[in-house]
This record gives sequence, C-alpha cells and structure tokens, in this order.
Amino acid sequence: MKFGYYPGCSLSGTAKEFDLSLKEVLKYLDTDLLEINDWCCCGASSAHSASHLLSVALPARNLILAKEQGMKEIVAPCAACFNRLKVAQHELQNDEHIRINTEELLDTKYSDGINVLNLISLFQQIGLEKIKSNAKVDFSKLNVACYYGCLLVRPHDILKFDDPENPTTMEEVVKATGAKPVDWNFKVECCGAAHSIAHTEIVENLSMKILDDAINYKANVIVVACPMCHSNLDMRQKNIIKHNPGRNKIPILYLSQLIGLSLGLDHKKLGLDLHFIDTAPLIASLSENEVAV
Amino acid sequence: MENNHVHPTIQKIINLTNQNPANCYQCGKCSAGCPVRDYFDDSPNRVIRFIQLGLYDRALKSKAIWLCAGCQTCSSRCPQNFEPAKFMDALREIASEEGIAPSDKNVKKFHKAFLNQIKNNGRSFELGLIRDYKLATGKLFQDIDAAPTAILKGKIGFTPHKIKDTKKIKSIIDKAVKGKTK
Amino acid sequence: MRIGVFICHCGENIGRTVDCPSVASACANFSGVVHAEDYKYMCSDPGQNLIKQAIKEKNLDAVVVGSCSPHMHEKTFRKACSDAGINPFLVEMANLREHCSWIHDDVPSATRKAIDLVRMLVEKVKFNEPLIPIRVPVTKRALVIGGGISGIQASLDIANAGYEVVLVEKEPSIGGHMSQLSETFPTLDCSQCILTPRMVEVYQHPRIKLVSYSEVENVEGFIGNFSVTIRKKARSVKDELCTGCGLCVQKCPIKKVALSDFDEGLATRPAMYVPFPQAVPNIPVIDRSVCTYFKTGKCQLCKKVCGREAIDFEQQDQLIKEDVGAIIVATGYKLYTIDKKPDESMIKGYGEYGYGKFKDVVDGLQFERIASASGPTSGEMLRPSDKTTPKKIVFIQCVGSRDESKGFSYCSKICCMYTAKHAMLYKHKVHDGEAYVFYMDIRAGGKNYDEFVRRAIEEDGVKYIRGRVSKIYEENGKLIVKGEDTLAGVRVEIDADMVVLATAMIAQNDSVKLAQTLSVSYDKYGFFNESHPKLKPVETSTGGIFLAGACNAPRDIPDSVSMASAAAAKALVLFGSDVLEREPVVAKVNEATCAGCFYCQKVCAYNAIEQKEIKDRQGNVIKVVAYVNSGLCQGCGTCNATCPSKSVELLGFKDDQIFAQINSFAEVF
Repeated sequence: MKFGYYPGCSLSGTAKEFDLSLKEVLKYLDTDLLEINDWCCCGASSAHSASHLLSVALPARNLILAKEQGMKEIVAPCAACFNRLKVAQHELQNDEHIRINTEELLDTKYSDGINVLNLISLFQQIGLEKIKSNAKVDFSKLNVACYYGCLLVRPHDILKFDDPENPTTMEEVVKATGAKPVDWNFKVECCGAAHSIAHTEIVENLSMKILDDAINYKANVIVVACPMCHSNLDMRQKNIIKHNPGRNKIPILYLSQLIGLSLGLDHKKLGLDLHFIDTAPLIASLSENEVAV
Repeated sequence: MENNHVHPTIQKIINLTNQNPANCYQCGKCSAGCPVRDYFDDSPNRVIRFIQLGLYDRALKSKAIWLCAGCQTCSSRCPQNFEPAKFMDALREIASEEGIAPSDKNVKKFHKAFLNQIKNNGRSFELGLIRDYKLATGKLFQDIDAAPTAILKGKIGFTPHKIKDTKKIKSIIDKAVKGKTK
Repeated sequence: MRIGVFICHCGENIGRTVDCPSVASACANFSGVVHAEDYKYMCSDPGQNLIKQAIKEKNLDAVVVGSCSPHMHEKTFRKACSDAGINPFLVEMANLREHCSWIHDDVPSATRKAIDLVRMLVEKVKFNEPLIPIRVPVTKRALVIGGGISGIQASLDIANAGYEVVLVEKEPSIGGHMSQLSETFPTLDCSQCILTPRMVEVYQHPRIKLVSYSEVENVEGFIGNFSVTIRKKARSVKDELCTGCGLCVQKCPIKKVALSDFDEGLATRPAMYVPFPQAVPNIPVIDRSVCTYFKTGKCQLCKKVCGREAIDFEQQDQLIKEDVGAIIVATGYKLYTIDKKPDESMIKGYGEYGYGKFKDVVDGLQFERIASASGPTSGEMLRPSDKTTPKKIVFIQCVGSRDESKGFSYCSKICCMYTAKHAMLYKHKVHDGEAYVFYMDIRAGGKNYDEFVRRAIEEDGVKYIRGRVSKIYEENGKLIVKGEDTLAGVRVEIDADMVVLATAMIAQNDSVKLAQTLSVSYDKYGFFNESHPKLKPVETSTGGIFLAGACNAPRDIPDSVSMASAAAAKALVLFGSDVLEREPVVAKVNEATCAGCFYCQKVCAYNAIEQKEIKDRQGNVIKVVAYVNSGLCQGCGTCNATCPSKSVELLGFKDDQIFAQINSFAEVF
C-alpha cells in the first residue's frame, strides 16, 4: 500500500521517535510513505491565533502540493496537523469567501480530492488483522490507557472521526496488539497543548490530572497519537515529578511504538530510548512477559 | 446576516466566524468544560456576554482569548451550535488588528516567534523558536534543564530544515498577518 | 347571472398593500357584476349584513368575496349567503391576503393582481352549480387511543355523557407514565392514589370497552363513520377466565432475565408478569421472548397452578373491528434516552454525562421509581450501583431540550417543576443530604408553580446553580460533576453520589406510524399537529380526530386533563346530531363517456370508487362503469386528473369552471 506522507514539523524534530517508529512499523507491514515534496508547516496553533485566513492558507498549500504530486490519500500522523488539514479542507469546500481569499493569497487554484488520514485510520486501512497476526510478544498483562487528546476527535462535525466523548478506535488498535485498554475518564481531556512554552504551569497542571487518572485506572502505559500530547505528558512529566515528589512514573508511548514492540521490532529503531520518562523498565518486563508499574 | 445597524466589531466577528453572537444563551457549558478556565477571571461565556452587551473593550482585553488552548471542548458541547473556540480566535485577530495590547504577552510572543520561524524556514525550527521566545520574554533560563537531554537525544537540531519556497511562505504570512503582529 | 363582489380590507392586512376601493370599482365594470363594494371587516357582523342586504336589494344569484384564505372564512361567508337565500356553493372567495397582500410590497402591482384574482373567480362562479350537502349518519361511539391520564379522562367524560367508548391501550395496563410517578407537583399528592380510582372507574364503567395490550392497526372511513381494526396482542392468558389471583406470576421461575419497563430498567420482572400491583386490568402477560416454554417447550408451571385453566399458550393475536364516529388520540410521550446515534440522525447523544455508562446517572422517570413506595427500593432513597444513600445529589435540567445542536430545540415544559419536586422529595427523605440543581432558567408558569420552586429553594435548602454541566466522570465511587455558575462567574465542581438528568419529553417511537394510519399531520419531532395553534388546539387536520395530552406537545398533568376533557367535548358535539352534513365537493362520473378502465379506482386513496353495471331494459349488462361513493369521497380530485377520457369531474371544481378562471387570466397577456 502507498500513502502520501505529511510528517509535520514535530516529527522532523522533537518528535523524531514518532517518525522513526512509524516508518519502521510501516516497512514491516509493506506500506510505503511518499513524503510531499517541499511541504510547509500547517500553522499549528499559531496561525489560527493570528489570522483565520492564514490558518486555512498554510494547510491549503500542502493539499494543493499533494494533489499536484498525484497523491490521493495522505497521512498526517500528528493530530494537530491532521486537524488543521481537515478543517482547512472543510472551510475551502463550504465557504466560497474563504476559498476565493485563499486562492488569491496563494496565487493558485484549489480543488478537492485529497483524503486526509490520521494515525489510527491509517492502521485501520492497513488492516488490524495484520497487526494481530504478526504479534510476537505477549501483551496480555499490559494495561494501556489510550489518550486521544483534543484534536483527533473535535470538532466532530468536520472530522467525523470516532465518538468525541467516548472514542474507541485507538482501543481497537491496541487490542489487536494483545494489550488491554483500560476504561478511564481522561481520554479526550486537554493536556494544555501549545501552552507548553508560554505557560508551562498550565500544562503541568492539566497533564498531571491526565497522568493521575491513568494511574488510578491501573494503566502501565499511556499511548498517544500526537507529538504535542507526548511532549506534555512525557517531557513535562519530569517537572511534574520534581514538583510533586513521590509520584509514580508512567511511560508515554506513541501508538506506532506500541505496535512496533508488539511486532518484535528493535526498540532502538523505534526511538524508545529518546523519551524523557525511561521506557527501559517497560520494555524489559515485556520481554520477560512480566509487567512493571 | 448582513444588517445595516450592526456594530463594526460584531460584523467583523460574524465575517470571521459565520456565527451570530446573539445565538449564545449564556448557559455556561463552555466555561464549565474549559480546561484553562481557572487561569482567568472572565470565563468564556462571560467574554461572549461582553460582546452581546457591547462591552467590546472588556472582551478584547480579557485573558481568556489568549489563554484559550483551542481544545474545542466548548464548541463540541455547546447546545446552540455555537463555537466559542472560533469566537476566541476571532477576538484575538481583532484585538491584534485594533492594536489592543494582549492581556497575556507571553502567549502572543510565543505565536510571533513561531510564525517567524515559519517565515524564515517554511517549517518550525525549535532552537530558533526557543531562542526568539526567550529573547522576547527575557525568560532566559526557562526549560534550561530539559535542553541537555533533548539535545543529547538528537531531538533538537542545530540547523533548520529550510524548504525551497520560503519566499512564498514569507509573503503569505506577511500578507495575511499584516498589521496584526504588533 | 347577477354577481355581487365584496372586497375586504381585513383591517390593515389587505388594505395596507392592496387599494381595496379601486379593486371594488374595477370589479363593478366586469360583465355579470351588478354590485361591488369594499369594507374594513367583511367577516364581522356589519360586514356580513352588507352582503345579505345586497343579496336582497340587488337580487344577487352569486357572490364573490375578495378577502382572506377560504381556510379561514369560507364557512362564514357561505353561511351568511345561505341565510340570505343563495345556495352556499354559489359563493366563491378570492384570496387577496395569503396570496396577495401578505407576499407583495408594491401597492400598484398588488392591486392589479387583486383585480385579476377577483376577475378569475367572477368568471368561475358563472359556471357554478348549486350543490346540496351530503348527509351521512353519525356513529355515536368514540375510540380513545391511549390509556394514560389523558385517555382515561376523555373516556370517562364521553362515557358519562351516555355514549360508548372503546379505549385501546398498548401496554398490558392502563395508567401510562402517571402510574410510574411517586408524587405530583405542585401538591405532592401521591400519584397512584389519585390515579388508580380513575383507572378502576374506567374498568368498571358499563359504557367503556377497555381493550388493553392492543394497538390500532388500521383506520378507514371519515368523520362520523370510522371503521377501525385493532390488534389485540396475545397475552397467552384468557382474560375472561383470569381472576387476577397472581399465583402464576409468583410461581414463574424466570425471575431475573427481563428488565421491568415499568421500573425503567432498575429492576427485573418475571417472564409471566403484571406490570405493577395496581394494574388495570390485573391480568398477567407472558413475555414469549424469555419464557422457557416458548423457547424450549418445557416448564408450564403457570398452567399447572392456574385454578381457572386460563393459561393458553396457543393464543394468537386477534384482529377486532370497531365502528366509531370520533377518535381521540392520547398516546402520550416517552423520555429521550441518551445513547449513541449515527451522525445522520437529529440526536447526537450526550456522551459527556455518562448515562448508560455510570449506573448512578439516572433520568427523571428512573428517579421517580426510586422515590416511589412501590419501586425497586421500596421508596428508600438508594442509588443503583451499591444501594447506599446518596449524601450529595445533583440534578441537571435541560438535557436534550433547548438544544439546537445535539437534541431538540423546544423546551420540555415540565422538567423545571419535576426537578424541584425531585429535589424536595430527596430532602424530605435524606435530611442531611445536599441537593444541587443546575439550571438555565426556571419555567414555572402554572398556578402555584413558582411558589413551589421557591419552596424548594427557601424552605428545603436545595441549592440552585445557574449554569450547565460540561462533563461527568467517575472517580473512586463518586461522580465528579463539572459545571459553572454564570451568575457569580465561578466554576462549580461537585463530587456527587448520584446524578439525575431531566431529559427531554419526546414523541413515542411509533407516533409517526400511527399518524400515517390516521392520516393526521405531525411535525418534525413526531408530535401530532393541532389544527390551529391558537384557536383549535384539540382538533387535527382530519375531521373527527382529536388530540389530548402530551402526544401533541410536552405538557403537564393539569393541562393534559383539561385537553382531554376538551377533546371529549368536541366528540360530544359530533354526537349531538344524528346526521352529519358533508361538503358536496365530491367526484361524479359521467356514465355515458366512462370507458370502464378504472384507472381512477387505482389512484383513489379513500377506496371511494366502485364498479357499477349499466343494464339495458332486458337486464343485460351493457357496460361496467365507475361510480363514486359520495360518502367516502374526500374531493381530492386525483381521479379527475387521472381519467383519460375526462369522465370524472369534481363538483364545485369542474373543468369548465377551472378553464373559465384560467382563460380570464390568460386574456391579460
């Protein structure tokens, strides 16, 4: 299978392990990714904070490039990029005004036709049975808290992906690896997003609540599909622990890393040594079929 | 929704969001679910109320519009099909346009630094972003403890990825945001 | 023909946009018109007198009134002319209001149009024939569909007036939702105590035929002459033999499988059951989907213990035919259940409140069952999950109502009142408990209603918080309720033991199907439509069918009871005459030209076309032609449009009448 690929800025930088693990897993599953040539930033939070038009124009440029380069389906593993691309697409399709202004700004015509996939729908397309049938490690004692965050499921009217209050698609993927998803409360609660730099205290507070709930429901690991969420829950967990000594650590994995581990791929190749919260205990216990908390 | 007797600010909001502020019936569900609501005094529904009452200044000077995390929890639960998150975006844009000083300077500086990076490189460049942000805010020692780990793990590149079409990106951003980056 | 033209100003309604005096003077010049005048309110007493006077003085044969829609005043003007001696079907109305003044702004154009409209009708009326109303007998029996409080009230009123009533109820017992309630507002009367005497009165009434555990399957006919088919579902018990002793229910071994509908899923009931102890009739039903005998052929315990041999496993549904003259629809409501629905549906669910996921989040009717002495907790305030007493309880109003986005845009009217009631009931039973109500507004517009809500706040200490709840989640056995108080502008978070959602009152699942069976119009929510929202609240678009209670719109008990009596009164008006006059605007077949193809019969929605043999003097059949049963014909004109040989015409709207109208207008071009 072949998909167009929109990595987004994070996967090329601070979320390198997301990119690495995704590519490793897809290589194993015989799926090719063709990166969009000369893609630019989707604008993330900053574009829509400064100008509505800009927030549509930047993703539009990427959609136009993808179409020009003959792609029909593109994968945007980062939830924020996925969200921006889909929302821009929706606005361009439904708001004449915005489309005209965007085309003027970009000096190009826009036409529809690209199907934008997120990380989970990518695996749904590839087929969960492929993951299940290739599982090499016993995950039956692994309790996983699936953290969707905000931008994968909201706004539901536009994304039309899963249930915005109680989604279950990531749980299906996790189940295919043999692990046990836990039924917890904070699946779709905000981690603080882009306030990571300007208001770290907000992120620490919100992320702590998420970590607490996952631990309360006996999860051994939290699985995410967004580099911002990962950074807030992983990198900032160190600060949270510093400010609240005696807390239990809980490793944060990308969904692609979890799948990669289940397929028996090398953990270094999956970027599992690039995390702030050490994943070594988790990996060790998995390889011995026991689970550390 | 064009009306001859509509205040220009309201008209701007309607143009940017395709929504009429009058639709909000002040139920407070947005504020109840807002994850960052505790960090500001004027809750999201209150900000909308200011607009409904014509107290535009108070709305544009509120902290809510800058601290909004864009999580869309409010928009997805609003019973009136209203989108407070979009509303906050619009108010941010209008505040910048009208030169109203942001009630939270750091957030604005962050967004400015971010957009600057995209202007120069077409993509975000963390080191550049952090450098610009620290210089703008004077918070030179923030996150200094995270830096060594990040650099050691190769997560922060020393040089930016530059795309080919940076000139075009710069012109797009400049045109879209002209007058709004004060 | 001597035609009189009367142009009405309708106050400002027509007069503001149409220059009525000019219209009148223009019409005076039409050929055939011998009298033309205009007046402010033609339908009023002096207005009607003007018409009657002109008829007498000018010896008029026909009248054209240019005014509002015939829907409004056709009857008025026909009666006025009839009183003055003109056949009422020589009276036509030109709609200068809905079809002219209300939709145009420009006075000169609207005036020109008005003149054209009147002229068309003047030309038409020249071809009108006098018609005699059709008289049909009235069956002086009523059908009441639904045995809740509205149906019960309507049945008793009609039966007490001396007429027979057939009362059909879908459930095994009458009583409806009111029988599930604990206490009613604003008096806090015990609901079953005030209801059950009525239920028994219905059961014992000599003129009420109670057909329970049954549904209306088909309705044919028209006002005064309905023929109804009722499906009496199989209880598996012969009701003429059963004494209601209850032994079979006691002995039934399948006790824990089926959830009790009456207890809103909070308790189980046996496969052989009576919905509640005071059920009327007190005859049990076998739920064949869980009964062992029907699944495996074994058991039959109930049959063994029945001393009257009343159990009949072979019993089938029965179809019963009843002839009635009036039908009252009193099918009530159901509560909105919050569950996941696909994107295309109107309802998107309220996943954020955890209903269905968290056991201690319940809806209004479930709380009634908990509070009720005959309920699953015998009236003790215990929460479903662990049967402990909740010390902190939260009530949330407007769940699904007033919700453009994920629910219904209307207000369900009763929730503010019953929430206050619930909070009070809770406080009366749990003295040291804390009750919170999240509200947007308080709608307490009835007699003693506002005082009732104030009592909850001021005397019973219920804390009212103005704002909505965004999310509920469970933590360590408590329900964390995240809300906001918009009056103080603060976040409110409560760790509650139980949450009660005041969910929307919606139409029954099968209301649309019933509406279609009855040919009654309904709105987008499935509620049955009244004929006119202000002045005809209990009538429907179909003559002879009336509405009572919550099947029409969210409504509380006092209003439902009033409406039921009003509907009964309407039925009694119908029964007040032996004969009903029907409009003679029916189809008529020209037997000479009819070719006997019967396409008309195929398209007639009312089965009003029959076959008629034309015989010669010797009795040989020459041909078979179509024949319209004027008793059944509704004058829709479909046969007229279908007939290839133009042999069927609609009296009052014959081809020459219609063509005269069209031609007079075409001349303008």
